[in-house]
Amino acid sequence: MPVNETMATYGDWLYNSAVGVYLLATFLYVYEYAFGKARAKAKERDLVVAGGAGGTWKPGLVVPTKPERSRAERFGRAAVALTLLGALFHAASLVLRGIATGRAPWGNMYEYGALLTLAAVITFVVLMRSFPVRRLGGFVLVPVVILMFLGGTALYAPAAPVQPALQSYWLVIHVSVISISTGMLLVPGVASLLYLAKATNDRKPEKFAKLAGRLPSADTLDRLAYRSTVLAFPLFTIGIMFGAIWAEAAWGRFWGWDPKETVAFVSWVVYAAYLHARATAGWRGANAAWINTLGFLLTVFNLFFINLVTSGLHSYAGVG
Amino acid sequence: MKNALAFLRNTWRGLTAMRTALTLLFLLALGAMPGALLPQRSLNSLAVDEFIAENGWWGRLLDRGQFYAVYGSFWFSAIYVLLFVSLVGCLLPRLWEYFSQMRAKPVLTPRNLARMPHHAEAHSGRGVDEVVAAARTRLKGWRTVEREEADGVRTISAERGYLRETGNLVFHFALLGLLVAFALGKMFGYEGQVIVQATGKQYCNSGVFNFDSFRPGLRVDGTQLTPFCVRVNDFHATYLDNGQAESFRANIDYQSGEDLDTGAWKPYPLEVNHPLRTAGDRLYLLGHGYTPKFTVTFPNGEVRSAEVQWKPVDPITLLSEGATKFDPPLITDSEERRKNQLAITGLLAPSAVFDGTLMSSDFPEARKPAVAVDVFRGDLGTDSGRGQSIFSIDRSMVDNGRLTKVARQNLEVGQEITLDDGTVIRFDGVTDWVSLQVSHDPAQVYVLVFSMLMVAGLGVSLAIRRRRVWVRVSPRDDGRTFIEVGGLARTDQAGYGGEFTGLSRDLLSAGQDKES
Repeated sequence: MPVNETMATYGDWLYNSAVGVYLLATFLYVYEYAFGKARAKAKERDLVVAGGAGGTWKPGLVVPTKPERSRAERFGRAAVALTLLGALFHAASLVLRGIATGRAPWGNMYEYGALLTLAAVITFVVLMRSFPVRRLGGFVLVPVVILMFLGGTALYAPAAPVQPALQSYWLVIHVSVISISTGMLLVPGVASLLYLAKATNDRKPEKFAKLAGRLPSADTLDRLAYRSTVLAFPLFTIGIMFGAIWAEAAWGRFWGWDPKETVAFVSWVVYAAYLHARATAGWRGANAAWINTLGFLLTVFNLFFINLVTSGLHSYAGVG
Repeated sequence: MKNALAFLRNTWRGLTAMRTALTLLFLLALGAMPGALLPQRSLNSLAVDEFIAENGWWGRLLDRGQFYAVYGSFWFSAIYVLLFVSLVGCLLPRLWEYFSQMRAKPVLTPRNLARMPHHAEAHSGRGVDEVVAAARTRLKGWRTVEREEADGVRTISAERGYLRETGNLVFHFALLGLLVAFALGKMFGYEGQVIVQATGKQYCNSGVFNFDSFRPGLRVDGTQLTPFCVRVNDFHATYLDNGQAESFRANIDYQSGEDLDTGAWKPYPLEVNHPLRTAGDRLYLLGHGYTPKFTVTFPNGEVRSAEVQWKPVDPITLLSEGATKFDPPLITDSEERRKNQLAITGLLAPSAVFDGTLMSSDFPEARKPAVAVDVFRGDLGTDSGRGQSIFSIDRSMVDNGRLTKVARQNLEVGQEITLDDGTVIRFDGVTDWVSLQVSHDPAQVYVLVFSMLMVAGLGVSLAIRRRRVWVRVSPRDDGRTFIEVGGLARTDQAGYGGEFTGLSRDLLSAGQDKES
C-alpha cells in the first residue's frame, strides 16, 4: 500500500497547528487561573441565569444587555473554544494520517502519542461539563503540549506501512483502546497531583499558598480523579485483554511477561489498589491520591522507558 | 491450644484485612517490576549471561535471588499465593453477606433526615396517604419498605443498586477463576519450536525429539503430544524499499485427526497473526532465514552436498552465520575420518555488498546471495560425546590444533574453492527455512471466559451506585402535610447529587396540589 505523501504532509501540518492552538489555549487558561477571581464559577452561574433571562438583543440599542464579563472570564471561555478547535485539528490530523497510510493511524510512537493526547483533551472537555474545573485547563494542557511536542520532534516517524506482526485488525482495536484509556488516565493523574497540593495547603496554609488558593476544593479534585479513573480503568482492562488476545495470535501465547506487558500489569495493579484504597478507611484522601499519581507515572514510564530503553516484543512501536 | 487458635484466628484476620490486601497488591506490583527491567531467562537467556558477566558479584547475587526468573521465583510466588489467600478470605464472608443482603429489607428511616448528605423538604396540601401513594409510584424499581411511626407519620425506605455488589463479586471470583485457569495452562501446556526447511520438508508433532527446543508444563512429560504433521512447501517474504518487512507467508500442507490415517493433506497459508489451529493445538510462523547449499567434491571423486540452516545475526539485513559440516565419504576408519572432517563456517549475506573483501548485506531479500567463509579440516569433535551447536564449530578443537583453517574466501552463487588436497567446495545458492512453534494450552479458553466475566463485573460494579432514599410524610396540625426526603449513596457520593435532585423534586411535587 503506497503512502499518500500529500495527505501525510497535511496531517503533520494539522498536528503542528493543534500544538500551537493548545499552547495558546494554555496561556489563556493560565491567565484566567492567575487573574480570575477565586470564586468565579459560582458567580458565572448567576450571570448565565441573569443573561439568559433578560438577554434580548435590540438593533440600535447601544446599552449592553448582557452583563460585562471580566477579562479573565472571557479569556477562560476563549481558552475552552481554542481547546475545542485544537482538538478538531488534532482529530483531523489523525484521520489524514490514516488515509495517507491506509491503516489505523496508531502504528508508531508518534501516532500513538497523538491519539493518547487527543483522548486526554476530550476527556477533560467532557469532564469540564459536569465539574467546575475550567481553570485547571492549563494543568491538563501543559503535559499534553509537552507530549505532543516530544511526539512531533524526537519520536516523529514519517507515514509508512507497518511490519507484518502489526498487520492485524487487533492493531485497530488493542492499540486504540490502550492509547485512549492511557490518555484518559492523564486527567486523574493531574487531578491527584493538584489534590495533593490542595490538601497540603488545607492542612498547612503556608504550603503551596500561591498554587492552591485558586484550586477547586480538595473534594472536587478527589471526585474528578475518581470519576475519570472509574471511566478509564475498565477501558484499560479491556485494552490489556485485547492485547492478550492479539498476543495469542501473533506471538504464540496470550501472556509472556514481555516488559510492556509487565509494566501494564503493574500499573493495572496500582490502579486496582487506588480503587480499593479509596474504599478503605484510613487510605482515602492523600494516600489514594499518591497511588493514583504513581499509576500515572507508571503509564508514562511504560510509554517512554519501556519502548525506548528496554528491548522487548513491543519495541517496534518505537521510533522508526 | 487456646493460644494457638487465637494465633491462627489473628493471622487469618490480619491476612484477610483490606489493608493487608492493599499491601500485598503493592508488593505484587513492586515484585513484578524487576521482570521488566532485568533480562529474563525465559525471554533471553543470552542477555542474562551477559548481564551477570558484566555486573560481577552483584549480578551473581541477583541470580541467587532468582531475579532473572522473577515470575517463577520463590518470593514472587509467595506474594501471589498470599494475595490469593487474602482474596479468598475477603470474598467468602462477602458472599455470605451478599446472600443475606439480597433478602434484607431497606433500613429504618433515620430520625433526622436533615443530617443526610442529600436532603430536601416541602409542605403539601395533600393528605398523607395520597403523598405516600405518589411516592410509591415514583420509587418503582427501588426496593422499598413502608413503615408507620407514631402520630400518623409514614415513611418509605428505598434502596437500589444491589447489582453493584453482584458485579463486584463476579469480578473477583472471575479473577480467581482466571488465576486458576492460568496456572492449569502452565501445568498442562507446552511450547515447542522447530526449524523446517521450506523446500517441501516435513515436521511431525509426534515426540519431543522432533523439536529444536521444548518448554513443557510441569505436568507434561512429552509422551502425549497431539499428533499432526506439517509440510512446508515454500516461503515468501516481501519488503519495502528500506528493508522493512511487509509480509511473510509460508504455504504449508497439514494433516491431523483422520487425515493422518488416510494420508490426505490440507493446504494452509501460514502467516504472522494467522496461526494454524488444528486438533486443539496452534502452529505459528515465528521466523525465517536462509539455508546455504554447498556441494563438496572430495579428492576421491565422491560428491556430497548439504543444506543446513544458518541463523540471522542482523534482523534488518538478515546477515546470517552458521556452520555446514561434512564427514569425508567412504572412509570407514574412524581415526582417519576424524582427521578429514570439513566445516564451512562464516557469514551469509542475502544481498551481498563488498567493501574490498569485507562482505556485508544491504537487504533482507535473497537478491544476490554470497557467503564469506572459513573452511576448517580435521576433527570437528562431533564424536567427542559433547553436544555442539549446529550454527558453529567447537572452537576448542581449533585451539588444541586438531582442527585447522585451510581456506578463507568469499563465494557468490556458483563459485568454488579448491583446497590444497584437491577438494572442491561449491556454493550453489540459498533456500529458505522457517521457524515454527507448536503451542498447546488446554486452559486458555477458560482464561478468555473468565477475563470477559471480569470486564462485565468490573463495568457493572463501577457504573452502578448503591444508594438509599428515605421519605417521611408527616401530617401537620393545620391540615397540611410535611414531606422530607433524605438520600445517601453507600459507596461513592460523587454523582448521586444529580439523581437525588430529580428524585426529590418528583417526590416533593408529587404531593403538591396540581393547580399550584
